[in-house]
Amino acid sequence: MSFFIETLVGGLLAGVMYSLVAIGFVLVFKASGVFNFAQGSMVLCAALTFVTLRDKEIPFWLAAVITLAIMVAIAILIERVVLRPLVNRPQITLFMATLGLSFVIEGLAQIAMGASVHELDLGIIDTPVKFGDVQVSQFDLVAAGTAAVLVAALSIFFSRTRTGIALRAIADDPQAALSIGIRLQSLWQIVWGVAGFVSLVAGLLWGARQGVQFALTLVVLKALPVLIIGGFTSIAGAIVGGLIVGASDSLAEIYLGNLLGGSVSTWFSYVLAVAFLLVRPAGLFGEAPIERI
Amino acid sequence: MSTIGSDTVEQFVAADTGGRSTTIWWRAGAVTALLALLAALPLVASDYWLNAVLIPFLIMSLTALGLNLLMGYAGQASLGTGGFMLVGTYATYNLLLRLPELPLPVSLLLGGIISGLVGVIAGLPSLRIKGFYLVASTLATQFLLEWLFNQYGWFSNYSTSSSISAPRLAILGRDLSSPAGRYLLTLATVAVVTAIAVRLVRSQTGRTWMAIRDMDTAAAVIGIPVASGKLKAFFVSSLVIGIAGALWGFAYLGTVDARSFNLDRSFQVMFAIIIGGMGSIVGNYLGAAFMILLPILLDHVGTRLLGGAIDAGQLENFQRAFFGALIIWFLIKEPRGLAALLSQAAARLAPLIERRSRHLRGGRA
Repeated sequence: MSFFIETLVGGLLAGVMYSLVAIGFVLVFKASGVFNFAQGSMVLCAALTFVTLRDKEIPFWLAAVITLAIMVAIAILIERVVLRPLVNRPQITLFMATLGLSFVIEGLAQIAMGASVHELDLGIIDTPVKFGDVQVSQFDLVAAGTAAVLVAALSIFFSRTRTGIALRAIADDPQAALSIGIRLQSLWQIVWGVAGFVSLVAGLLWGARQGVQFALTLVVLKALPVLIIGGFTSIAGAIVGGLIVGASDSLAEIYLGNLLGGSVSTWFSYVLAVAFLLVRPAGLFGEAPIERI
Repeated sequence: MSTIGSDTVEQFVAADTGGRSTTIWWRAGAVTALLALLAALPLVASDYWLNAVLIPFLIMSLTALGLNLLMGYAGQASLGTGGFMLVGTYATYNLLLRLPELPLPVSLLLGGIISGLVGVIAGLPSLRIKGFYLVASTLATQFLLEWLFNQYGWFSNYSTSSSISAPRLAILGRDLSSPAGRYLLTLATVAVVTAIAVRLVRSQTGRTWMAIRDMDTAAAVIGIPVASGKLKAFFVSSLVIGIAGALWGFAYLGTVDARSFNLDRSFQVMFAIIIGGMGSIVGNYLGAAFMILLPILLDHVGTRLLGGAIDAGQLENFQRAFFGALIIWFLIKEPRGLAALLSQAAARLAPLIERRSRHLRGGRA
C-alpha cells in the first residue's frame, strides 16, 4: 500500500512539473488564440541562457534577471516579426508558424550556446523526506511549491492589476477590448513576456532535474495531454490536468506497463486525454464555444 | 471566410472563360504529356536523382495528398500521419510475407485499406471534438501506433531490431527493385491515386467535405451527413497515406522501423500541405517539392559555403534555424500556399499569351 501511495505522490509531484509548461501554453492561448508550439523551445532557450551565464560565474539572481530580460526581448521580437503580420489568419497557420519559430529558436540557441548537456545546480538538496512510510523527493516538493507560488502570483496578476484585467478582456472579446482602447499589440508582447518568464521557471526546474539539453523541448509533448484534460483556456485546468496526467502516468507505468510488457508512458496520457475529451469536449475547465450560423 | 480551397473558384473561372470542352482537352493533353515525360525520366536521370530526389518527392506528394483530403478538403486537422504510414507499411509487409500469392498492387491496396480502417477508428473522436483538441487527440493515434509496432514483434516477423526490410518488389514476374523500377512503381501509384482524388473532391463526397470544412454546424443544419462525411474523409485519407507509407518504406528507404514514421514525419507532411496550399491538388506536389528539395539544397549550399569553417552540428543548427525562418516567411507572404502563387502567375500570364496569339493570327482584337 505504501508503495502505491509513494508512486501516486511521486506522480502528482511530477505532474506539477508538466503543469508548469502547460501554464505557458494557456497564457498565450488565452490572450492571443495562438497554440504556441514554441513553448518547449522557449523552455530550452531560457535554461540554456541561464546555464551559460552561470558557467561564466555570474551570480544566481543576476543570471536570472538577464535571462528574463532576454526572454522578454524574444517575446517582443516574436510579436513584431511573426504574430503581427499573421493577425486574423486561421489558427492552424499560426500554429504552424510557431512550429517554424521553434526551429528558429532551437537552432539559434544552440548556435549561440552549444548543444552539449549542461548540469544545472539550483542548490536544492535532493534527499528524500519521509512521511510515515512514504518517501517523497525533496526536489519535487520544492518544484511543487514553486508552481503554487507561480499560480498564486499569476492569479493576483490577472485579477488585481490593470494589465491583467485588460488581458482578460482581450481573451473574452478582442473586438470589444479594442473598441474601449485596449492596446492589443503591447498586451500581446506582455503576455508573451510572461510566458517567457514561466518558461524560465520551468526551464530551471526541468533543467535541474534532467540536465539542460535538447531533450528539454520534448516536455511540450508531455504538456499537451495536460492541456487537453484541463482545457486550453484555464490555468486551474492546467494544474488539475497536470496532477491527473502525472498520477495516472506513473501508476500506468508501474501497473499497466508490466501487463503489456513495455513502456506505456509515451502514449498513455494521450489516450487518457482523448477519453476525457469524449466526455468533456473542451476539457475539464475549458469554455465550450458557442456556435452561431 | 474560408481562405482555403480554391477549387470551386477555379471551376467558375474555367466555366467563365468559355470553351469548357476545349479546356478539358487541353488539360488531358497536358497531363498525358507530363506523365509521358515523367515516365521517360529514368532514361536520363542518374540513380542518385531517382533515389534521393524523385522517389521521395513523389511519395511525399502522395502523403501530402492524403492529408490534404482530410485537412484541406474536410477541415479535420491531424497529426497522426506518421502513424497511418506505419500501419500501411507494416500491413503491406505482412501481406507480402504471409500471402505471397497476392500480386503487389493488391497487397498495396489492401495495406491501404487496413490503414484506412484504422483511420476510421482514429477519426471517431472528430465526431465530438474540434480544432486543436482534435489535433492533440490525433497525437494519441501517432504515439500509440508507434509504440504498438515497436513493442510487438509479430508485426515485424520477430526481427531482432523490430525493423523490416523490403520484400522483393515485382509485378507479373518483372523485378522492380532497381531504382528505375521503384521509381516507375511510385509514379504509377501516384498517377492513379491523383486521378481518383481529383474525381473524388469534385463528387458529392468532395462537396460534403468542403461543406463540413467551411462550417460543420451549418452543414449539419442543412442536412449534410456530417458524421459519415468526416469518417469517410478519415478513411480515404488514411488509405492514401497508408499506401504512401508502404512506398516510403519499400520503394524509398528499403529498411524501416517504427521511428521512420515519428511525429517529425507528421509535421513534415503538414508543412508540405500548408506551404503547398490547403484544399488544392497541385499544391501537394509543390509543397512536397519544397519539403524534399529545400533540405537537400541547404545541405549542398551549406557544405560548400561553410563546410570547412564550422562543424557538422553547427551547420545542422544553421539549417534548422534557416528552414524555420523560411517557413514563417512563407506563411506570412502567401497564406494560401504555393498553389495560389502559381494560379496568380497563370492569371497574369494568360492575357499576355492570348494577346500574342491573336497578334500572330492577325485576328480582330
